[in-house]
Amino acid sequence: MSEIQTTVDSIVDQYQADPTGLLSVLQDIQAKMNYLPQEALERVSERMKVPMPRVAGLATFYSAFSLKPRGRRVINVCMGTACHVRGAPLILDTLERKLGIGIDETTSDGEFTLLKVGCLGACALGPIVEVNGEIFGQMTVTKADKLPDKLLKEDRGGTEK
Amino acid sequence: MTADIATQAQQETVTFTVNGKTMQGRRGDSLLKVLLHEGYDIPHLCYHEAVTAYGSCRLCLVEVKKGRKTKVTTSCNYPLMDGIEVTTNSEKIRKHRKVVFELLLAQVPNSPELQSMAAQYGVTDTRFEKKYQDCILCGLCERVCREVVGVNALGFMGRGVEKDVGAPFKQPSKTCIGCGACVYVCPVNCIKEEQLPTKRTIVRWERNLPMQTCKRCGYPFAPTYQLLQMQKQTGLPWEFFELCPDCRDVKD
Ligand code: SF4
Ligand code: SF4
Ligand code: FES
Ligand code: FES
Repeated sequence: MSEIQTTVDSIVDQYQADPTGLLSVLQDIQAKMNYLPQEALERVSERMKVPMPRVAGLATFYSAFSLKPRGRRVINVCMGTACHVRGAPLILDTLERKLGIGIDETTSDGEFTLLKVGCLGACALGPIVEVNGEIFGQMTVTKADKLPDKLLKEDRGGTEK
Repeated sequence: MTADIATQAQQETVTFTVNGKTMQGRRGDSLLKVLLHEGYDIPHLCYHEAVTAYGSCRLCLVEVKKGRKTKVTTSCNYPLMDGIEVTTNSEKIRKHRKVVFELLLAQVPNSPELQSMAAQYGVTDTRFEKKYQDCILCGLCERVCREVVGVNALGFMGRGVEKDVGAPFKQPSKTCIGCGACVYVCPVNCIKEEQLPTKRTIVRWERNLPMQTCKRCGYPFAPTYQLLQMQKQTGLPWEFFELCPDCRDVKD
């Protein structure tokens, strides 16, 4: 059995292969593997007895899921109305140039994935960027330009401690 | 006991009016289904009696007055209930329907089926930006394949403007049996089927299916996978499916 199948099986078993747990199973796989490989989804369908179109439909419906490998950090640029009028397109543009990738792409070193999202629900802090659950408010072009380096440095600092 | 059944039937029967005319029907039935049976001409694209209503095309609009409230609602997924007053063809409804036709025409501008239907309601062009798609995302193919055929080859993929109907991962279908039910049910005729002597292709789902030739007369009468599915559903011996329907009746 492939590694992917073993991973999927252990997650599916936690939910006793109960089809009502499908969404949770997909969330766990996404968390563990950073994306939903096709092989994993096929295994889920087989093990949970949920038809493949249903599994694929869910996996492509929620933006929390990705069918392509994602980077270690997912940079979500809020493009909701409030952030948009406060200059979110400029922030996005800056990050795209800095990282050399477009929306829904991942840097070749696997460090960053860039995504845009709708309102994050903290408009007063806009324009907002969210990275792996951490919020960076009142972004400016300068702050956006420094953000990737800052994140990399923070992580290194974290491991040295 | 009999009294019980009588009261139950009474509870099941509801009285309502359509354009002022009093009618009776069964509680919970699709309002559109009832209206069509009564001969009302209500445009609809995503509804078919054989499957669950889905309410996506928004063409089957009617006005329903319930108590003191009147609302415009889709009739295909509106359950019949006691005392409702239905209006099928008010000025308001006609206006809304026209907009819906315009929206559908923007999505799929080049379908003769849709064009002629829209023309019947006086809509020949759209004010909205044309998207030049060929599918209106009515989901009938997906529901027929799942609920009637029982194969589950199709689904909705993605969301928002990227939403699409088809086999998983935009790949050729691996499970379609080539029964052609979706080809038949698609209201804008965008699922094409190609029939060759030895194979059938469901073009939209990129599925090629070898044909089973009749053991007696040699006629390629159905895709083999379709026969296998029928065998699974009926439990009949495979020998039964080796003959075409015509030869099955011949007694030797
Ligand atoms: S032709 Fe294939 S996709 Fe269409 S209804 Fe039949 S099995 Fe489903
Ligand atoms: S392919 Fe046809 S039946 Fe299927 S969703 Fe599109 S329009 Fe409806
Ligand atoms: S619009 Fe960005 S948080 Fe609301
Ligand atoms: S038939 Fe009712 S919404 Fe399409």
